[in-house]
Amino acid sequence: MAVRVQTEDFDAGREIAALRKGNAQAGAVAVFVGVVREMNDGSAVADMELEHYPGMTEKAITEIIDQAKGRWNIFDVLVVHRVGHLKPLDQIVLVVVTSAHRGDAFAACEFVMDYLKTRAPFWKKEQTPEGSRWVESRASDDIAAERWRSKG
Amino acid sequence: MVTIIYFARLREALGMSSERLALPQGVRDLDSLRAVLTARGGAWASELAGSKPVRAAVNQDMAQGDTRIVDGDEIAFFPPVTGG
Repeated sequence: MAVRVQTEDFDAGREIAALRKGNAQAGAVAVFVGVVREMNDGSAVADMELEHYPGMTEKAITEIIDQAKGRWNIFDVLVVHRVGHLKPLDQIVLVVVTSAHRGDAFAACEFVMDYLKTRAPFWKKEQTPEGSRWVESRASDDIAAERWRSKG
Repeated sequence: MVTIIYFARLREALGMSSERLALPQGVRDLDSLRAVLTARGGAWASELAGSKPVRAAVNQDMAQGDTRIVDGDEIAFFPPVTGG
């Protein structure tokens, strides 16, 4: 398991290869990549600054991965999240999950993202033509995380 | 003494990223600490009184209003998270 918070970009292909290296039991790799969109809430986003809570971020994501491991039959999880200055088209987050079969890999990957969205201490500030603004949390993210409580 | 850290919108509005505070008499949980900070007035009141969404952590774990606070704790106040 690995959690990295970094300003640098990442290479998903390289990260996938490293995570499944030597594990011939891993028949499935599920990957999610989050990217900066050029429009958000009706405004053009020129630039974005991502702030986080060093220490708690890594701790929160590690706990989310531990929960996923307790819930699904998975081998390994990697989460890379970028902070600092980002622009539209830039990659923000990478989640990679390896497992024997796709069902567990897909479910665990989605679970990790849904929980990360509501529990990992990151905050986005966008630069738009109307000025800068802190991004507000979405009710849909809370709903996405909440549904895992009742789902097997 | 406790350490209080502020992030994102709160850090900017309060003009402060962290402070050290002697735990005031009677403060035993997050709600009572938040009441003491709100009583400072101005931006403290507008950010922490409850009209804007605020989340908190104690020793880097997400916390609720009734989460206990003791001397030496690291407490953080911040808006709902927006990563990913």
